[in-house]
Amino acid sequence: MHRALEAGWGGVVWKTIGAPVLNVSNRYGAWHYGGQKMLGLNNVELISDRSIEVNLREIAEIKRAWPDRAVIVSAMVESKPEVWHDVIRRIQDTGADGIELNYGCPHGMNERGMGSAVGQVPEYCEQITRWVMEVAKLPVIVKLTPNVSNIVMPGRAAVAAGANALSLINTINSIIGVDLDTLEISPNIGGKGGHGGYAGPAIKPVALNMLAALGTDEIISNSHLPISGMGGITTWRDAAEFLLLGASSVQVCTAVMHYGFRIIEDLCDGLSNWMDEKSFASIPEVVGRSLHRVSDFKDLDLSFRAVARIDQQKCIRCDLCYVACNDTAHQCIDLFDKDGKVVQPGAYDIRSNGKEDAVSARPAVVVREDDCVGCRLCFNVCPVEDCIEMVELPPARPSVTWDQLTRNQPKVTEDWEQMEKYRAKMGIDIH
Amino acid sequence: MQDPARVTGNSVGLEELLPPLTANEAAVEAARCLMCFDAPCTHACPTHIDIPKFIKKISTGNLRGSARTILESNLLGATCARVCPVQELCEGACVLGAEHKPISIGRLQRYAMDHINSRKIDMFRPAAPKGKSVAVIGGGPAGLSCAGELAKHGYSVTLFEKRDFAGGLSTYGIIGLREPVDVALAEVEMIRRLGVVVESGKELGANLDLAELQSKFDSIFMGVGLGATPDLGIDGEEHIIDGLQYIEQSKVSARQMIIGRNVAVIGAGNTAIDCATIAKRLGAETVTMIYRRSENEMTAYPHEYDFIKREGVRFSFLTQPVRLLAENGRVKALECVRVSLGGKDASGRPAPQPVAGSNFMLEADQVVKAIGQQKPSLISKLGLKPDKGFIHVDGNFETSLPGLFAGGDCIRARGAASTVMAVQDGKLAARAIQERLEAYG
Repeated sequence: MHRALEAGWGGVVWKTIGAPVLNVSNRYGAWHYGGQKMLGLNNVELISDRSIEVNLREIAEIKRAWPDRAVIVSAMVESKPEVWHDVIRRIQDTGADGIELNYGCPHGMNERGMGSAVGQVPEYCEQITRWVMEVAKLPVIVKLTPNVSNIVMPGRAAVAAGANALSLINTINSIIGVDLDTLEISPNIGGKGGHGGYAGPAIKPVALNMLAALGTDEIISNSHLPISGMGGITTWRDAAEFLLLGASSVQVCTAVMHYGFRIIEDLCDGLSNWMDEKSFASIPEVVGRSLHRVSDFKDLDLSFRAVARIDQQKCIRCDLCYVACNDTAHQCIDLFDKDGKVVQPGAYDIRSNGKEDAVSARPAVVVREDDCVGCRLCFNVCPVEDCIEMVELPPARPSVTWDQLTRNQPKVTEDWEQMEKYRAKMGIDIH
Repeated sequence: MQDPARVTGNSVGLEELLPPLTANEAAVEAARCLMCFDAPCTHACPTHIDIPKFIKKISTGNLRGSARTILESNLLGATCARVCPVQELCEGACVLGAEHKPISIGRLQRYAMDHINSRKIDMFRPAAPKGKSVAVIGGGPAGLSCAGELAKHGYSVTLFEKRDFAGGLSTYGIIGLREPVDVALAEVEMIRRLGVVVESGKELGANLDLAELQSKFDSIFMGVGLGATPDLGIDGEEHIIDGLQYIEQSKVSARQMIIGRNVAVIGAGNTAIDCATIAKRLGAETVTMIYRRSENEMTAYPHEYDFIKREGVRFSFLTQPVRLLAENGRVKALECVRVSLGGKDASGRPAPQPVAGSNFMLEADQVVKAIGQQKPSLISKLGLKPDKGFIHVDGNFETSLPGLFAGGDCIRARGAASTVMAVQDGKLAARAIQERLEAYG
């Protein structure tokens, strides 16, 4: 803890103290991809396996040593009011700054009626939060589990119970893999294995979506509760995105487990430089700034049009866009030889070889813009920075949303024949 | 045939230069590959190995599949992984080359090939016998490739090799730090396991008669390579060591090899560089490469030139040997003359012209020449149509004698002679032979 705070972290979430536990070996499993390590990290670790007394004593020591840093204590105990009352009071005695209710742990603890067993049932979430609020003198943060079909429900429950803040996401249920040599579940725990909580860079998009879902919910946003965001934050860029979607603070764990406490330096430095470039003077100016752009599909402008354009100067001619478009999209990228003729792939003589032949015979990849639906797949597969641009074209027809269509021309949205007529009338031709 | 294990291995100093990639290095490097579609590396490879496919298989841990992908296009994948001038071929065409480091295709290929070779896994079994027989003359890369391809398809193939071991230059002529002998011999063994019968000590024109082969076999392929290093035509020539023999000694009898203290290597091609490397690494104090043109004209690949400069070898460009001085059979010096470059000669390069009165003595106690190889001597003996001194073949690798096919260095009238080109010749000739034999039922 001292090392983390010396490195410059603004605070710690001391997680998680509470019920007695025993942990297992081989508790972390990781997903590596493309030569990159730990894009995802799965754990079956339970809460702190040191006693609650030791934890509480150390919390008090840390707070005394670092009065200017936030010390939030994450707690998880049996679902009984007296047990919760007791732990909250003991936490408050340490001098800590806040309490986070861990309703997220998706393995082990949930089997004992704690963690995600609470977070997944809005009624339990509300009930236990009420017990906590009965004795809480410190700000209480409710930490939500992503292992639900709609994150808004437990969020609203926490609001209803009077929580002071929300945080999300906890880890996602996952099995990291199966060992193809031994056929064991990975990681192997004495011949067995099972689902754990998934964290790390891979879960960031899931977390951003849930964060935005809270921020765009009327009840939750009207409550004005601060939201602490987490889930895959590794760099300042990730942190900035969480802020833009409504988190007023962020938490980092897996990235520290991978690289150590030192990463806080660039998290702060990068964020600060970006804020300077964008002329943001303070974090509150950033928080939630992109939230109004989050939209349901039905409210998107169907007349918006963009097509892919390939910068021939930057193109390295890997043809990944070509194969992606041709095999799985709208077949609107062609190969052109030096004379401007459309050619097929592999159209070289078997006797031709050597780097000069191979490089000089390489055809150019060109988008047929008339047929491009702007799906953006080529843009996504292109390995070259700024080589494929999605060029916004002036709309060819008046702006309309699906919601407007449903209200004004319901037949078009219900019947294919009507839809075809509508398309013909509007000049919509899908290649 | 002698037990390959008895061949003296690689001498100290000439062990394979590049270590094998570790599993993690291979995984990281393979993951860097973009998997280009219709990839330029595949086009650049003379045997058109589907490179993104074999690299992707490395990254998924499918090493057998990776090796098979390589071998389907190139049976000598283990040799080519080591000796190919990848900078001029696949890696030179890599789309990452412009702004990044190209993928180490050669080393990844070696990684996949080492996987099956170290486990003695055979990727192919011969097809059902076709009842047709083919003679292959010459056990170098062209002959091995042709023999292996035909055997795979069920042809009964006998390979005649004039030396003790097949493998050609891979066995005898490529310096051990690029390709150890056992890699070449393992490939020969793999071809034998496909059913090819190897008869060594059989040389066309010596103890092997073409007419007899024509009567016994349905078709014949010839990959006889080129000859010894040509004469310089200077006094004392008998004391000059043939560079190919120098390399051969370093590979098969290194312990008996005598290395001079001051070695002069005449020539500036890739073979000359190998000779200089051997001399330097096996103990010579000074090694000087002598070339009558300048570094702009030298035929060695740029990466080989970079390599030898780092070995600490000296260069004497624009220098032509005129006489070797020996005393009591011991080499004392090489008399040379300075050269200036004139107008272009028949080879399209500036013609070297000796500068009168510029003679000087280069102290040397060992002189090695590596100035190319003599053209195949069989052309006139067999009455074959020549092409600039090489054997003429048509688009199907058939010589002017119907049913006699040829490939490899002996037909290389155009383009650079290389192992991988020879492998491709052998493969394409095998296809042509197969088509011919099938057409005639």
